[in-house]
Amino acid sequence: MITNLALIFFWAPTEMVMGLVQKVLYVHVPLAWIGFLAFFVVFIGSVMYLWKKAQPWDGLAQAAAEVGVLCTTLMLVTGAIWAKPVWGVWWTWDPRLTTSTILWLMYVGYLMLRGYAPSREQGARYAAVMGIVAFVNVPIVYYSTILWRTVHPEMVIGPASETGNLDSQMRTVLLFSALTFTLLFVYLVKERLALTCAYDRILSIRHKEGIY
Amino acid sequence: MTEQAARLQSVTKSYDEAPILRDLNLSVNVGERLVLFGANGSGKTTLVRMLATLIKPTSGFIEIDGMELPKHGVRVRQNIGVLTHQYLLYDDLTGYENLRFFGKMFRVDHLTERIMYLAEMIGISDKLHVRTRTLSHGMQKRFSLARALIHSPSILIMDEPETGLDQEAIEILVNIVKSVKSSLIMTTHNVEFGFRLADRVGIISGGSIAYQERRDALDVQEFKKILTQHSV
Amino acid sequence: MNYFLIPILQIAYKDIILELRTKDIFVTILIFALLMGVIFSFVFVPTKQNVVLILPGTLWVSITFAGVLGFNRSLVLEKDKGNLDGLLLCPVTRDVIYFGKFLGLFLFMISAEIFIVPLYAVLYNVSILDVGIPVIVILTTIGFAAVGTLFSAICVNTRSREVMLPILLLPVSVPIIVAAVEGTRSILEGSPVGIERWVQLLAAFDVIFLVLAAFTFGAVLEE
Repeated sequence: MITNLALIFFWAPTEMVMGLVQKVLYVHVPLAWIGFLAFFVVFIGSVMYLWKKAQPWDGLAQAAAEVGVLCTTLMLVTGAIWAKPVWGVWWTWDPRLTTSTILWLMYVGYLMLRGYAPSREQGARYAAVMGIVAFVNVPIVYYSTILWRTVHPEMVIGPASETGNLDSQMRTVLLFSALTFTLLFVYLVKERLALTCAYDRILSIRHKEGIY
Repeated sequence: MTEQAARLQSVTKSYDEAPILRDLNLSVNVGERLVLFGANGSGKTTLVRMLATLIKPTSGFIEIDGMELPKHGVRVRQNIGVLTHQYLLYDDLTGYENLRFFGKMFRVDHLTERIMYLAEMIGISDKLHVRTRTLSHGMQKRFSLARALIHSPSILIMDEPETGLDQEAIEILVNIVKSVKSSLIMTTHNVEFGFRLADRVGIISGGSIAYQERRDALDVQEFKKILTQHSV
Repeated sequence: MNYFLIPILQIAYKDIILELRTKDIFVTILIFALLMGVIFSFVFVPTKQNVVLILPGTLWVSITFAGVLGFNRSLVLEKDKGNLDGLLLCPVTRDVIYFGKFLGLFLFMISAEIFIVPLYAVLYNVSILDVGIPVIVILTTIGFAAVGTLFSAICVNTRSREVMLPILLLPVSVPIIVAAVEGTRSILEGSPVGIERWVQLLAAFDVIFLVLAAFTFGAVLEE
């Protein structure tokens, strides 16, 4: 874990000389990547939980969802920070951004579902169903926003691609950053999962002892 | 080995790590009538719901009518008749329409005749064509009984059926259970009522079967004493 | 077939009879959608130029939100859970229950839409006499009811269920709302060029989620 954090601080010195704001991309793009990864893990966790009914899978899904929502939130925020100076607008309805927003909404709903369900077990099951539905919906949402954009090309939009032409140095840093963030993601999910398992163990001990 | 009406082995059911049923073992022979007693919170209702295929066990083995649950849920449900605290009737349908709906779902042949026959037996014929919303609780419970019996199930599962029934209805219930020769698993609070129907009696306590005995080996007073012991 | 199609139709038929007697869901959807139509007329003043722009959006937003309210009503009707338990005791698989409830909810929405769509056409002075419109309405409603039925079953047991249902349902329905709006718009514009893609999207959504929901419905109804 410490290695992880050290790595994050390490790449700071290796920043390239460019427009200051561009550096936000080193955070934004990896965040987008692990956001997507997180929701894929949620999907896998949900499917496995419904199939095997083993608690750890649900813990995994929950942990991934929480990290995922966090990352997506940060991604949207960093995206806005980057966009304002570069494109001149805070927000734009391009397919990726729009899909991310819908994604965010779906997974926030996922987490809320857990909170509002009558018991943890039922919450886990409901959330698993939602996790599957949400993930299956992602490509559909993405496709529909692309179609939608072709109908409304005159909307406020910046240059079509943010990444454009990266020279090799930038690319290296980006990949490195992505790697770091992935490690961070794994770490966060692991910690959250451990927390859940500890909580479960406390619960079962309590029940055995008859304490409430 | 003769098929048993119901067999539960080491069944546990927990909600969020809180165990309701603990290592429960139970078996009921075909045609046998088992009546279970137990304090509130002992796991009676959970057991009934599990037998009704509404709940799956956290661990353990359940077999009803020789068919393993939850795998053969559909076929098991065809053969069990369940009477619970809730009437499971649709308020805005008439009694007749309710029975007709469930009869169709259970693929009952000669449905109309069956409904009329049951209505006659249970004493609800004159209330068949009013919305169940307007019926008294006792009447609704009688209709619920009809619903449970509509498909001539070989196993009856009942959770405190005597609640809400007047004396006449209780007599009807006793007669029906005795005449249909189905296996019965019933929970109740009323010892006298339970003893009238039981071949075997049992007590659920703390999520498992704490006591079992053949009905004719006991009398009511003895049993009541044993019951109070287990409630403490 | 006997174990699948007939019970589905039985369940739907029963729901229809119940609805005909109370008219709860139908009236909720219809009134609310009309209300929104009126309000939108004040908010976005329809003129000859912009009506094609405005109508699809307001129509589908109204139908969507009215639909959510309608599903909420049906939730309340299942509330004592007695109804659901009764179905769960029947000798049918869980996906049969799903399709039965889906069919009912779908028909309720459609029956409301039969009134809503022409009324909107009247309010906004637009002609909707095109075969494309019913196709879009039907396909969208299928998709909406497909996920709506699933989420309704989830929310019936959840705290704040009237809030949870839209939170879950609306983001997931975004693709079909977009498709419905754009599809309707292209028909009104008289240029049904891109419309096949929207129709395909709707159809794909419908199929995918009907199947997915049928599969996962059992997990939802468990205890």
